[in-house]
Amino acid sequence: MNHNLLLIIVSGALINNVVLSQFLGICSFLGVSQQMKASASLGGAVIFVITIASAVANLLYTNVLAPLGLDFMKTIVFILVIAALVQIVEMFLKKKSPAVYKSLGIFLPLITTNCAVLGVALTNVQNDYNFIESVLSGFGTALGFTLAIVLLAGIRSRIKEEDLPAPLRGAPIVLISAALMSIAFMGFAGLSF
Amino acid sequence: MNKYVERLYNGIIKENPTLVLMLGMCPTLAVSTRASNGIGMGLSTLAVLVLSNLVISLLRKVIPDQVRLPAYIVIVASLVTVTELLIEAYLPSVYEALGIYIPLIVVNCIILGRAEAYANKHTPLLSVFDGVGMGLGFTIALTLAGAVREILGSGTFFGLQLLPKSVEPMGIFVQPPGAFLVIALFIIIMNAIGIKTRQRQLVENGCDGCCAGCTAKCETGKETAK
Repeated sequence: MNHNLLLIIVSGALINNVVLSQFLGICSFLGVSQQMKASASLGGAVIFVITIASAVANLLYTNVLAPLGLDFMKTIVFILVIAALVQIVEMFLKKKSPAVYKSLGIFLPLITTNCAVLGVALTNVQNDYNFIESVLSGFGTALGFTLAIVLLAGIRSRIKEEDLPAPLRGAPIVLISAALMSIAFMGFAGLSF
Repeated sequence: MNKYVERLYNGIIKENPTLVLMLGMCPTLAVSTRASNGIGMGLSTLAVLVLSNLVISLLRKVIPDQVRLPAYIVIVASLVTVTELLIEAYLPSVYEALGIYIPLIVVNCIILGRAEAYANKHTPLLSVFDGVGMGLGFTIALTLAGAVREILGSGTFFGLQLLPKSVEPMGIFVQPPGAFLVIALFIIIMNAIGIKTRQRQLVENGCDGCCAGCTAKCETGKETAK
């Protein structure tokens, strides 16, 4: 059992990395990775929101949607839950811990449309994960997102000083870096317990 | 040029959502392993985009400004659910191939972006044309990416064997890294062409003509779209 739970985290973070092999959350992955600090803050906010969102989505699905036969409503319900959750987390942090709020603040609203959050909630339902498995898979996935975006921010800070051919500047070189990272992460596919 | 035709041209070429605005990258990268997947995903998004533009444009005077984003999300999510159920019922093979990326159309930046940037300010008919243009632009970009990846990665085109069997296809192109590489290649080509037609671009887009400037502008556009 414990074996299984560990595998869910490792698989979420490394083997099926949410950004580099499932392509979720690309918008913020490419948009925010300009600065290391901002990337780390966004990563923190994503870990926070995805873990809570997977827990809430799982509870809602098993206790409300599935018994009522409303499982086709899951997309609408999940996206609303995520949007509301982000708002609540934002208000809560603003009141209870202004320091954390200040570092995460501007990134929290961006997370609502981060497809990784909705993606994890939907994959959890697809895989029939129970409550603990859902939370762990959410946590692992978010950890993978943070790892990828922080690594990319590190690479981009080096690229910034290079003299690139004009057509490669901006988005293309970032995408090529992401491709190389993705090749590296494919190495984890052989990882098994 | 007729303003309706202009909307189509704008969506397909001038402000192509994938290649120029770089919106909706997630589905572009994820489903472009085959040309047919690109068409399926593109047309599903087109349907949702046209309907959401229409509904949001019709309701633009009804929805209060403060709650417009949640309202848009509910409208888009309902339309996506309907589309998903229809695809599941009538096109099971497409449903199988696209999987989780169909419900994820909800969070496609193109849809909320167009609602925010266009549909809530213009008449329903114009918004529908804007949706068709943007949707077709997205479909074309996705199908192109899918075709390149399919030809290089599995040697086929729409499932037909294209390269001789003796040529070993480059498997990496149908795997995740290939997606990043092919899209990067597309943008490099766009950028390279953009340099040659700098003057025209300067006039049309109000870009300062340099690629970095365009990307920066597009990234600000992306931030606002979110």
